[in-house]
Parts: sequence; structure tokens; C-alpha cells
Amino acid sequence: MSLLSVKGLKTNYGPVNVLAGIDFEVAAGETYALVGESGSGKTTVIRAIAGLAPAQEGSVLFDGQEIRGLPERALRPLRKDIAMMFQDPVGSLSPRLTIGSLITEPYRIQGMRDRDLDAEAKRLLEMVNLPAHFASRYPYQLSGGQARRVGVARALALEPKLILADEPTAGLDVSVQGELLNLLNDLRERLGLAMVIITHNLNVVRHVADRMGIMYLGRLVEEGTTEEIFHKSRHPYTRCLLSANPEPDPDARLERIALKGEPPSLIRRPKGCEFRERCPMAQEICTQTPQWDIQKGHGIRCLAPLS
Amino acid sequence: MTETLLEIDNLGVDYETARGDLKALRDISFDVKKGEIVGIVGESGCGKSTLISSILKLTAPNTRFRNGEVRFKGQDLLQNNERQMRSLRGSDISIIFQDPMQTHNPVLSIGAQMVDIQHRSKAAKADKRATAAKMLAAVGIPDPEARLDQFPHEFSGGMRQRIAIAMALMSEPDLLIADEPTTALDATLEVQIIERLHELQREMHCAVLFISHHLGVIAELCDRVVVMYAGAVVESGDVRAIFHDPKHPYTRRLIDCDPGHIKERARVLPTIPGEVPDLANLPTGCIFRDRCEQAGPRCAAVPPLAGIADGHNAACWLNHKGGVS
Repeated sequence: MSLLSVKGLKTNYGPVNVLAGIDFEVAAGETYALVGESGSGKTTVIRAIAGLAPAQEGSVLFDGQEIRGLPERALRPLRKDIAMMFQDPVGSLSPRLTIGSLITEPYRIQGMRDRDLDAEAKRLLEMVNLPAHFASRYPYQLSGGQARRVGVARALALEPKLILADEPTAGLDVSVQGELLNLLNDLRERLGLAMVIITHNLNVVRHVADRMGIMYLGRLVEEGTTEEIFHKSRHPYTRCLLSANPEPDPDARLERIALKGEPPSLIRRPKGCEFRERCPMAQEICTQTPQWDIQKGHGIRCLAPLS
Repeated sequence: MTETLLEIDNLGVDYETARGDLKALRDISFDVKKGEIVGIVGESGCGKSTLISSILKLTAPNTRFRNGEVRFKGQDLLQNNERQMRSLRGSDISIIFQDPMQTHNPVLSIGAQMVDIQHRSKAAKADKRATAAKMLAAVGIPDPEARLDQFPHEFSGGMRQRIAIAMALMSEPDLLIADEPTTALDATLEVQIIERLHELQREMHCAVLFISHHLGVIAELCDRVVVMYAGAVVESGDVRAIFHDPKHPYTRRLIDCDPGHIKERARVLPTIPGEVPDLANLPTGCIFRDRCEQAGPRCAAVPPLAGIADGHNAACWLNHKGGVS
């Protein structure tokens, strides 16, 4: 059974239809990446799972339990098992608290007062490779990479089963990015964590994710193992994304598939295939609405898939 | 031989801080030729931003120019007064900043801002507006005439960055400085922006100084590359020489670290162990020595930025006779 099972998740902000039915599953110990352009709804998906964004329809099963729409009081104990890593590493840390109290805050919130919080702070800092004396520092004294690691420590404090990570490496230098990904990979192996990771850096996805889903306009348009998506993607949008990945090689000859225009309005969604107007391979048939078609674990929403 | 447009010669810049002088830039030398795209690559804290603000002389009050020259068309900008600098900024030298969400004035329409920045031109307002619309069309904003009346919040991030490019290029500058213009954007927009920038650069023949920590973008866009580390230039050369035959261990490590380089899924990604040195308390010798796997006794002395091949320079003893021992 999956640890996390999301079915038909829909979110509206007033007339804006941000999520139009999201389905995916994450097994224990698995890393699942959500990829897509800005505005495709990636962040809303994980916020809705964590109960931080509304979800008017659908179901979110965590460990077999329905958690969508639970009141805050019922969600609180679940937050031991589902941890969040936010996008802005410094902004997600209160500037008035020391690093030590920030990373032990989860224990206080969960009322685990019997713990030796100083010892826990030390243990967590060590786990994310930060020196113990960082416990007395404040967030403004940290670099971006160090603040990220504090975010990881906070997320791991309660030994969650699932981590929801929103752009965990955005804005980091390549060497520091490598350190953070190694840390996440290592912790995942040691603690058996499952992860949903959002990123628009496809080079990162290749190294951390077991499976990935491509989002467009609040829907999944393709899903499969990372291997399969990178080598045998079939949706034109996925191909566009993959080709828009500058290579660190001046002689790399990229067969770039240009993506035209801007994403359409979420208030008045286009008829037929929603990617049609921007799709370089659109055909007559694409005026009809494509359905989600999943075969051997490879899902696709396209009436004229590539081979 | 193409004419040199910008020459940075032995530039040294300090920040005066409570802990003493922070040596933000030391002995920076490189040049930008007319119509060329030069990429500056380096990690956070390497001095990229100090370098740009020094060229434009938009520096913080605690900045001290210790030595060197910044020659633009042969004239040392460091000797210019504020009035002379103002007449250069936005006309001969333009800049695109990192964050497109904060570049524009939120309470003025895009059209008003694009007319405003043509304040040096004597043209009639209607003509300025037409120029603005033409420029918006050139960066691929559909229906430019109508969109001039819209406000920044009505545009997406990618569009706002394209508008920033349009504004920067409107004066047909000789030098465009682009400070991480795609960092805040996602991959598809990043590609759109660099392709558009490249196209316009070819049309207008302006030189571009392109700052980025994204190696893929640098490789794709630039003719030449300057690699900076902790306030110093460690290597510079043709883009192919830098990516295919790097001569400084830092450049090599940086390229190795880019996950775009590693095609198969790796359990452990390469990193550069150690920390960037404290610039207020500089270590002696080679600046990269503490993190370098190949360091030897000779690295106790600062290696000069020396020529290896035509136009390819590196500051490392490994390229000298006798190596590091």
C-alpha cells in the first residue's frame, strides 16, 4: 500500500481553478518529483497535502487515513509524520529565534517536553553537518546553504515518514546544492523517508527522484519513472521542458523544442487539450479533451503522443 | 583585431567593515571587446556583484577603490564624477537586474516607465511611446501597444524580465550588464530569455557582460568566460577552453559539481569540501589552497594569472614549470 495516495485533488481560489484533479501515489521510502513551469500548481499540491492550502474536492490518504479537509486540531498530530521544507530558506525561519530553538520548536509544538532539547539540537545540527555552536546563532547570520540545512533539520526533528520539499535547492550554488542533495539522499536511505520534491531543475530530478510527474495548468500531463521520463517521454510538453535544459557544454547540440507563448488563464481554461495552443505538435484531434491514460506505470494525457 | 570596449585592469576593491577591510576584489583584470558576450561565473561571495557595482560606480558607501582602473572606451570610469557616470548609465552602459519582480516601479504603467527612461531624447512623447511599443514587440510581448498601459503586476515574471531587457536595450547601449537575469525564472523561461537576448545582441552588436552561476547558461550564451573565486579571477578564456580544458582546479571542480554534467543517476554528487575563505582575514598564498586537492608547497605563494594559450589565463602553479612542488 502507498504511504501517500492523492486522488482527484482540486483546489479553487475563487474563480481560479488552480488544481483540476491531481492523482499520484508515493510509496514508503520513495522520492517523487513534481516538475512544471511556474504557475502549474506544484506548490499548491504539496500545500494542499499538508493542509496549508484548501482542497475543495478529492482525497488525500496518508497511511490509509483520509486527511483532506481535517480541522487544524486533527492535523497537528499528523504533522509529526508529514514535514515540510519551504521554498525560501531564510524567510521560513523566524528572525527572532536562535537556530537551536528553531530546530527544537517542533518538539515544543508537539508537547514533547520530556526531551532534552539542547541535546536534540546538537544531534540535529550534527545530522545536517552544521557545528553545534550554530545553536546560538540567529538566521541572519547564516548563508543560504546553511539556512537550507537548518530547514532540513527542522523537517527531520520529529522523524517524519514523509517530507514535502518545495524547491529545496533553488538559489544554491552548485557545490552546495550537491551537498544538500547528498544529505537528503543519505537521510532517506538511513531513515527510510518518502519525499515529494518540487523543483524546476531537471538536472536535480535525475539524481534524487525515483518517479516524477509533469504538471501543466494544475493537472498531471505525464508520469513515470525518472529513467523513463528522461529517455522515453511521450508528451510534447515534457519534451519541451527536457529540451529547455542548458547543458554545461558549449558544443552541446540541443534539439530544442521551443515553447510558444504563455500558459493560458486558469479562470477560463481552454477547451480540448489545454496545451494545444502552445504545442509545437498540435493536430486536429487535439481539439478534443485528452484523458489520463496509464500503462505499465507510465501515465500520459495526450491525444497525439510522441513515440 | 576587434576593438576593446571595457578593460578592467588590476582592480582592487575593499569594503570597510567593523572587522577591518574586507578585500572583496583583488587584482581583477579582464577585458570585453566590442560586440562580445563575456560570462562571469562564480559562486556566492566571489565578488560578481561588487564587480558590477564597481563598473557602474553604484557602490555602497563603505566601498574603497584600492587600486586599478576600469576603462570604458579608453576612459577610466573610476576617475569620473557622479554627473559623468549618470550620463553613461542607461545610455552607453545598461543593466538588467536579477529579480524581474522588483525591477519595475509597481505604481507606474510599463508605458510610463518606458517613456520616462527616454528622458535624454528630444523626441515627442508620442514618438517615445512608439519606440517603447516597438521595443516590447522586439522582446516578444504580444499586443505591445495595448500592454503599454498595463502595470507590472499584470505581467508574468518571464514577461517582466523581457520588459527589463527591452528597457535596457532601448538606448542601444555599447555594453549591457546582465546580473543573473534568469536565476529567478524557471527553465523554459530561462531558455526563452537567453535566446531572445542573444538575438537582440546580434542585431544591435552590443557587448554583454553576463553574470551567472548557472554553467549551462554560460556555456550556451558566452564567447568568453571569466571564472571568479573569493574576489579573484582564477581563470579566463574562450568558452570552449574553459569547459573542455579547464586549467584551474577550481574551474574543474565547479564543472564537475554541475549535475547537468552527470548523465547517470549518482548516489553521491561531487561537492567542493571546505568553506570560502574570510575576505577580511585573507589566507596567505593561493586563495583556493585550503580546498584544493592538488595543493603543494609552492601554493604558499600567490600564483599569477598567467597565459597558457592564446587568450587563456589561469592563476595556478600547476601550469608552471615545476608544478606545485
